[in-house]
Amino acid sequence: MRLYAVVAAGGFRRYATYRVATLAGVFTNTVFGFIMAYTYIALWDERPQLGGYDMSQALTYVWLGQALLMTCAMMGGGFEDELMERIRTGDIAVDLYRPADLQLWWLAGDLGRAAFHLLGRGIVPMVLGALAFDLAIPRSPWTWLAFLVSVGLGVVVSFGVRYLVALSAFWLMDGAGAMQIAWLAGLFFSGMMLPLTLFPGWLGELARVLPWSSLLQVPADVFLGTYAGWDVVRAYAFQGGWAVALLLAGRMLQSVATRRVVVQGG
Amino acid sequence: MAEIQAERTAAPPPVVFSERSRLVEGVRAYGLIVAMWLRSTMAYRASFVMTTVGNFVSTAFDFVTIMLMFAHVDVLGGFTLPEVALLYGTSATAFGLADLVLGSMDRLGRRVRDGTLDTLLVRPVPVLAQVAADRFALRRLGRITQGLLVLGYALVTLDIAWTPVKVLMLPMMVLSGAAIFGAVFVVGAAFQFYAQDASEVQNAFTYGGTTMLQYPPTVFAKDLVRGVTFVVPLAFVSWLPALYVLGRDYPLDLPRWVAGLPPVVAAGCWVLAGLAWRVGLRSYRSTGS
Repeated sequence: MRLYAVVAAGGFRRYATYRVATLAGVFTNTVFGFIMAYTYIALWDERPQLGGYDMSQALTYVWLGQALLMTCAMMGGGFEDELMERIRTGDIAVDLYRPADLQLWWLAGDLGRAAFHLLGRGIVPMVLGALAFDLAIPRSPWTWLAFLVSVGLGVVVSFGVRYLVALSAFWLMDGAGAMQIAWLAGLFFSGMMLPLTLFPGWLGELARVLPWSSLLQVPADVFLGTYAGWDVVRAYAFQGGWAVALLLAGRMLQSVATRRVVVQGG
Repeated sequence: MAEIQAERTAAPPPVVFSERSRLVEGVRAYGLIVAMWLRSTMAYRASFVMTTVGNFVSTAFDFVTIMLMFAHVDVLGGFTLPEVALLYGTSATAFGLADLVLGSMDRLGRRVRDGTLDTLLVRPVPVLAQVAADRFALRRLGRITQGLLVLGYALVTLDIAWTPVKVLMLPMMVLSGAAIFGAVFVVGAAFQFYAQDASEVQNAFTYGGTTMLQYPPTVFAKDLVRGVTFVVPLAFVSWLPALYVLGRDYPLDLPRWVAGLPPVVAAGCWVLAGLAWRVGLRSYRSTGS
């Protein structure tokens, strides 16, 4: 366990090193937050209570999206490029020799990254958004705690998906196509473009049961207090279920892949 | 092997630069480098098709989002879906063109950091042309295609009283708009000489700018509209000329003839971008190791 804690801390420190990049990212998140907030105001002006949110909840949703975009790696990012490159070049053989579990190693690193992105790229845009607009910030510390748990589960689900995508490099060598599909799905089905409650009919129902809804829609609903009482547990069960399923799938794919592994570049 | 030999003998003669103007020289070099990247792209045809489709789909999501919004409302900021489609189509096409031609410039920061920019400096070719053509990505045609499709939809569904000026307005705004966005790309690249890791800042103006222009100006706060009109003149990419075509008023009190200004604004932007680029390039000091 100690080992993985060290790896996670390393992941945190690694992203914390690039201060200018973080500042640039915060700037961009804030600009996008403003643009989206105004389009949402126009939308909710026409239709108050659209999707079950009032205006301030809708605006909070926008800024939560900007805060979690990097944390839950909705547009990809983090470890998968690196892991794919290691598979393609054959460096993965070294990783497999290490006395550490491959999946847990990368998971620990990604959790460290997510923790940094939540602090470094999440807080400032959220604060700026709260200064400029009337946001629905929860007062109860329990809601904040419940939100953090939900974000944590969302990060694990996001990792699960990206780990599967990265492993596809064992068969595809160039995983750029698979990765692009994954981040497109992540961007659209997480609710980043528009809350999933606004998706019509079957598209909405499908979007809400896919794993990506764990990345933004579910944590945002926890933050906005949409879940009453035990419903929060149901939301956790949904996220946790996907997390476990994806991690297990990743483990199975990993064992298949390592049995057929042909080390590149020999 | 024989093929390679044949290729070698058939290769074009080495490029000799005579006393041409630097502009012609730059454009010519740009073309040569782009042609090289095109050959390299076409070596992986399946990958090219997939990434182009991906580029198309990823930009299409922007419009799908707008369509989903219009599933709930009839007007957004006082504009109907076909009207928004015209704003979207013109801005997306203009941005797509700039992105295709100059979109690789946000990689400059990496070259500055690891010092590989040195290689470009010793070649007898304008650095701007080399940086712009570096890793030319033809897959960005996906975005242009998507923008043109939405523009086509808008032109078919809109009921516009066409005049010769309005017809001319369309190609003028797409080309000048591309030039304005292109200038933003160059300024963003120049900024990376100072802050190598800050390539994301320019995303706020390029991707953020085109996202903003896809919605009617009435949606945004006056100060934001003033900002993109007078500070970073993105409003001239599509808002002002498109509103002229639609016969609608701009939220700021501006005379109607400003709709014809985009070429002038684009030229002004390029003068500033050229200066910024020179200052940036002069400050390059390579890496220490």
